[in-house]
Amino acid sequence: MANTLLKIEHLTKSYDGNVILKDFNLSVRKGEVIVIIGPSGCGKSTLLRCINGLEPIQSGVIKLDDEIIDSKSKTITKLRQRVGMVFQSYDLFPHKTVLQNIILAPTLVQKRDKKEAAAEAEQLLDKVGLSDKKDSYPRQLSGGQKQRVAIVRALCMHPEVMLFDEVTAALDPEMVREVLDTMLELARQGSTMLIVTHEMEFAKAVSDRVIFLDNGEIIEEGAPQTFFNHPKTERAQKFLHTFEFEHIK
Amino acid sequence: MDWNVISKSIPLYWDAMLLTLKIGWIGVALATLIGLVSAVVIHFRIPVLSVIFKIYIEIFRNTPLLIQLFFLYFALPKIGIKISAEVCGWLGLGLLGGSYMSEAFRSGIEAIDIVQRESALSLGMTDFQVMIHVILPQALSYSTPAFVANIIFLLKETSVFSAISLMDLMFRAKDLIGLYYNTAEYLVLLVVFYLIILLPVSILGTVLERRLRYASFGT
Ligand SMILES: Nc1ncnc2c1ncn2[C@@H]1O[C@H](COP(=O)(O)OP(=O)(O)OP(=O)(O)O)[C@@H](O)[C@H]1O
Ligand SMILES: [Mg+2]
Repeated sequence: MANTLLKIEHLTKSYDGNVILKDFNLSVRKGEVIVIIGPSGCGKSTLLRCINGLEPIQSGVIKLDDEIIDSKSKTITKLRQRVGMVFQSYDLFPHKTVLQNIILAPTLVQKRDKKEAAAEAEQLLDKVGLSDKKDSYPRQLSGGQKQRVAIVRALCMHPEVMLFDEVTAALDPEMVREVLDTMLELARQGSTMLIVTHEMEFAKAVSDRVIFLDNGEIIEEGAPQTFFNHPKTERAQKFLHTFEFEHIK
Repeated sequence: MDWNVISKSIPLYWDAMLLTLKIGWIGVALATLIGLVSAVVIHFRIPVLSVIFKIYIEIFRNTPLLIQLFFLYFALPKIGIKISAEVCGWLGLGLLGGSYMSEAFRSGIEAIDIVQRESALSLGMTDFQVMIHVILPQALSYSTPAFVANIIFLLKETSVFSAISLMDLMFRAKDLIGLYYNTAEYLVLLVVFYLIILLPVSILGTVLERRLRYASFGT
């Protein structure tokens, strides 16, 4: 495909002989939103970490445009600038204010002007409703606010792909929504995103394509409506069933 | 207690204290520098260098300062390296202290959650940038209690300098006792002057610990 942005071919990833991802293939078009779901331990985080070059891989290639993402190469920091990532655990830098968190990498890595970066940061903060928090320290924020700042921090680097690894999993229920809304807004603006989540309704709403992963392999994939309403494989049916409560009672 | 003796000796002690302070703090500065560099080198497992630093740490942590000083002052000249007593003093203190500081900083570095490093890397920072801007500032505030304890320990260790005939506080006290036998007065002065050196450090350390904790992580 002409507008393929990210391409993963025959990726194999193992930890000390334990194969986590087996001959994994995936291509992501520019502007596509992919939701990855699957049981705990199936390799979702591992996949995102490989895409960001945080994990060495055993075989296969991961390409962003035509550049190979290789965790051990010298150019990996260049590539990581083009791939934004938000983690499940709060990962803001606790010794820096919200604004300092956001502009650290743009000024340090991209050598952007401090004023210009700060202006953009404030604009982005405003969009997620946090402009009044720019001088707060992370510990003064709620979990949902921290995650929104983490998203803004990644966005301020102007990444071409955003990776989200269960960014709402550690949040209290009433804070989940504000973070998901932020992500929905990004999807609407045409960002390319890979999202790992356990929020099925959100997955349905946000995704162009759903990938169901089990044991490091794609078991089933498809458009969200088809996948959620008529899962073909037994494993996907079983997995989706665990999110239903109607049959209890 | 003969106050006359005491007041007459104060200027002598004062000069000795200044020497002790000078050598002590140069030693502490050197120890901090060695400690930081070696902690970072060992953390990154930089080949060869990290092994050298590890061996250095084991040697210097497990030998008394007195012996290290004898080595610098009496043994090195035998192989043609001659350094003054003063340099021996701060160099010895710095080398001893470096081995302790290294451990203090390293445990601070290791206390930082791995996701801090990974999220910084994911923003495109190099390992070195992550260390300087993300890990070390947090690690240092974790290390502050150990860091301050090490400074106090090192400043106390200066009391062995008299063994290489540096005219520090200890030297002055021993000298005066030998000359005039006013043992009690001279020992009290010794204690008082060491307190003058150490109490401010101790108090500042407590304040710093508190401030660092708040400054780093907000209130
Ligand atoms: N650093 C590591 N060393 C060894 N094994 C690892 C490591 N990280 C992950 N694993 C293993 O790899 C497998 C996949 O882990 P991964 O974190 O990718 O799962 P996941 O799909 O994200 O699960 P969850 O939904 O619980 O987050 C698991 O079996 C895990 O135990
Ligand atoms: Mg995971």
